[in-house]
Amino acid sequence: MKLRSAALAAAMALAGATAQADVKVGMITTLSGGGAGLGIDVRDGFMLAVQQAGRDDLEVVIEDDQRKPDIAVQLADKMIQSEKVDILTGIIWSNLAMAVVPAATAQGKFYLSPNAGPSPLAGKGCHKNYFNVAWQNDNLHEAAGAYANDTGFKNSFILAPNYPAGKDALTGYKRFFEGEMAGELYTKLGQTDYAAEIAQIRASGADSVYFFLPGGMGISFLKQYAASGVELPLVGPAFSFDQGILQAVGDAAMGVKNTSQWNKDIDNATNAAFVETFQAEYGRLPSLYASQGFDTANLLISAMGKADVADADAFRAALKDAEFDSVRGKFAFGDNHHPVQDIYVREVIKEGDVYTNKIIATGLSDHADAYAADCKM
Amino acid sequence: MTRETWINVASLAVLLGVPLWALMADEPFIITLATRAAIFALAGVGLNLALGTGGLVSLGHAAFFGIGGYAMGILASHAQSYAPIMEAPFLIEGTKSMPVIWLVAMVTSALAALAIGVLSLRTSGVYFIMITLAFGQMVYYFAISWPAYGGEDGLSIYVRNGFPGLNTLVPIQFFGLCFVILCLVLLLMNAIHKSAFGLALSAARQNETRVLSVGLKPYHLRLVAFVISGAVTGLAGALFADLNRFVSPTMLSWQMSGEIIIFIIIGGVGRLFGPVIGAMIFILLEHTLGGLSEFWHVYLGALLLGIVLFAKGGLIGAFAGREKAHD
Amino acid sequence: MTILLFIEQMLNGLQFGVMLFLMSAGLTLVFGVMGLINLAHGSLYMIGAFAAAAVAAATGSFVLALMASLAAAALAGALIELTIIRRLYDRDHLDQVLATFALILIFSEGTRWMFGSFPLFLDVPKVLSGPVTLPGGIQFPAYRLSIIVIGLLVAGGMFALINRTRVGIRIRAGEADREMIAALGVDIAKLYTFVFALGAALAGFAGALVGAIQSVQVGMGEPVLILAFVVIVIGGIGSIKGAFVGALLVGFTDTMGRILLPQIFALFLEPSSAVTVGSALASMLIYILMAGVLVFRPRGLYGVA
Repeated sequence: MKLRSAALAAAMALAGATAQADVKVGMITTLSGGGAGLGIDVRDGFMLAVQQAGRDDLEVVIEDDQRKPDIAVQLADKMIQSEKVDILTGIIWSNLAMAVVPAATAQGKFYLSPNAGPSPLAGKGCHKNYFNVAWQNDNLHEAAGAYANDTGFKNSFILAPNYPAGKDALTGYKRFFEGEMAGELYTKLGQTDYAAEIAQIRASGADSVYFFLPGGMGISFLKQYAASGVELPLVGPAFSFDQGILQAVGDAAMGVKNTSQWNKDIDNATNAAFVETFQAEYGRLPSLYASQGFDTANLLISAMGKADVADADAFRAALKDAEFDSVRGKFAFGDNHHPVQDIYVREVIKEGDVYTNKIIATGLSDHADAYAADCKM
Repeated sequence: MTRETWINVASLAVLLGVPLWALMADEPFIITLATRAAIFALAGVGLNLALGTGGLVSLGHAAFFGIGGYAMGILASHAQSYAPIMEAPFLIEGTKSMPVIWLVAMVTSALAALAIGVLSLRTSGVYFIMITLAFGQMVYYFAISWPAYGGEDGLSIYVRNGFPGLNTLVPIQFFGLCFVILCLVLLLMNAIHKSAFGLALSAARQNETRVLSVGLKPYHLRLVAFVISGAVTGLAGALFADLNRFVSPTMLSWQMSGEIIIFIIIGGVGRLFGPVIGAMIFILLEHTLGGLSEFWHVYLGALLLGIVLFAKGGLIGAFAGREKAHD
Repeated sequence: MTILLFIEQMLNGLQFGVMLFLMSAGLTLVFGVMGLINLAHGSLYMIGAFAAAAVAAATGSFVLALMASLAAAALAGALIELTIIRRLYDRDHLDQVLATFALILIFSEGTRWMFGSFPLFLDVPKVLSGPVTLPGGIQFPAYRLSIIVIGLLVAGGMFALINRTRVGIRIRAGEADREMIAALGVDIAKLYTFVFALGAALAGFAGALVGAIQSVQVGMGEPVLILAFVVIVIGGIGSIKGAFVGALLVGFTDTMGRILLPQIFALFLEPSSAVTVGSALASMLIYILMAGVLVFRPRGLYGVA
């Protein structure tokens, strides 16, 4: 699937056929099937920034990975071998990132991650050409653990799906949470009925519940939890409370605390402009994923202003500087090229008819990840 | 030569010709696509022995495809990290040598096929479809939740495994390897078809009572076919993992089983070259339709539907007419 | 685990089982009567849920939403039966699998094209939103209790339809000998369209009912499809009674396995690996159950030889 933004095409046409694009970006993301909403948000956020920059020396090729690792690998081969891109980006899921990133960076391409941050790529498997603009997978869960301490929770019940990201999530929470564990459950990946788990929670004597259930699993859990009459405070990462799915959860999410590195009410000019222009362009509120796509593109554009992509060392240094106006306010890379950033605690509220979030606290300040020490670049 | 033979030769010529052209035109990605088609064809040829000749519709062949893939992933990852797979009672080390990996992939998937086949072949018809699906799902969920080899994240291998005398990292050389294996397996399948075993297997599909009455045991015939079929699909899995330098539970999913069946049906069930043509068409569709629209699955669905409804016997059936009478 | 919690979990198992029966009733009906493997069953389930969500959003009425789900799924079912499915009755299972797999692709992406890529909102009606307290102090969501009741009603209705009505007699006769009942002047084509639309309506209805406590999104039908197949294969294909027993068996096995296995392994393994091994085994459990049943009863519990 080749979608180039209309503005870009027009700009290229104006510049004439002779103007060769200087930087070529390959975006591999999920645009069809169940998880398409996330990929579409990343793409839209990214393309919005590209459009606003109005550069005619930047070309973006977009392809759909269908959320299948082997398709993603094949597309990466195509981007590198046929399209001859300089930079890859766009992957949403950790398992796809693990399939694509090591090979791409080994071939000298840059990879900018707008979403996935699996722990191997932050630690032992880090690479100088790999930059994560979103978060390391554990980050939001760590902030939730810290928030649970601040709130005075002493006894948490935690659950996540039985796959690597789920285990990372609970490990992240436990890394910071100082209280006891009332229970720990791993559910089946893709499970949609949580009656038995909720009964366990009710019987466990916990004073709080932490859950990581991305996508439809989270929607199901929240609705069923709300109907069960269990009144324990619920904390989760932003993924289950994001703009794209909050409307589908509805009242069941009201008041729930969740952790995120971004929200639309972060007070800075870039963010205000981003929220406004995104809404004007696409007719919906931006999500976390859209903000990450937007930041990824702006990081790239800032580096293009400082160095030529052909000079890999200079370009890498320009990326590492991260001198762009992030919608998150301050933004910096740690030594392993993962973000050092504030992670906030948000609460789900209703603005008119629309469910959304507002920031109520800062969970962790200038937070880096736990794997940086293992990274030898 | 019959018309079907012409089609068969032509399909191999296309499968070989396209990457050679791509080599001249410096389009390495086309070679990768052709390699993918050859490997999928191999997986389909494996399943076709059970499905086409034996009449055993297995919706669990992704299990063997994935087990072959994991054989490669586990051996290569241990070789990559210099950590032996086990030390006691005897030392087993990882390896980066393709022939060894292929052997292991075939043996392990054959053993898995033996275990699954012994139980599944007690059923027939729809129940057979569903029990193979059940075993496939068991392996799938096991792979997702077992942390030792990456779980859902899968296993990445940084460098493709080696074959004596070849540089497998060069796309055309790896393609050549896969193509030769596909041809050898096709020859083998042709021989099996014509052998007493193949004829008996085919007869057991058509009329079980008659086979019983001449003193043959359909259960044993089918079990042997199922095991060979699993081993070939496992070999394809090892190659597929090497093509992507990556293996993950997606290779074990029921959708993967479905795709292998689709290759066979597009080309023509029970035709020796059915899966070859089917896999080539599928890759072509996936590649070209994907460029047309974000909603390209709709077109793919419509095309598949058209093939089932109007091209009975698959594409080979549509162009070559009905199978010649059995000699 | 206390006795009370155990009883509550048994109740959850029953509830899950009834939900599974709702999901698989239509599939087993179509399978039994026409001998058709309909992989698009999950898509009809999804269509019901989406129709319900759209109508609920427009009117705010859950009852209207349920009716919309029945109508939309029945309509979609009748439409594909008339255009596509009826060409497949004489084909082997393989062609049916591929054709209905193609329908999944068309329906999924078609739905995404119409409704977008984001999940839709569908909530339980206000009167059923909270929990009720059962004897013994068990708190149980009112909506789930209603699902149990509705599921039992649907099961009873289907028994009555098949065993007590004229249509039921024809359906059973069609199962037994298709040519004969056609020769006796029954319009078999119309009967099949009716049965397929009925099966579709049941799928859509289940989609709306279950969608209200789960997530209404593209792809929601596929896990349901696999579960429904597990259920009807365990029960014996085509048998309503088998589907009911199979559904309860799967419901109990899955629920109790999820809860008990990690605890059982914790008796002799260290906690973290007990959770890992227990959860891994729990997610494989229903497939182990299915394989086990088929090994000992190759045609399911109530299947006819």
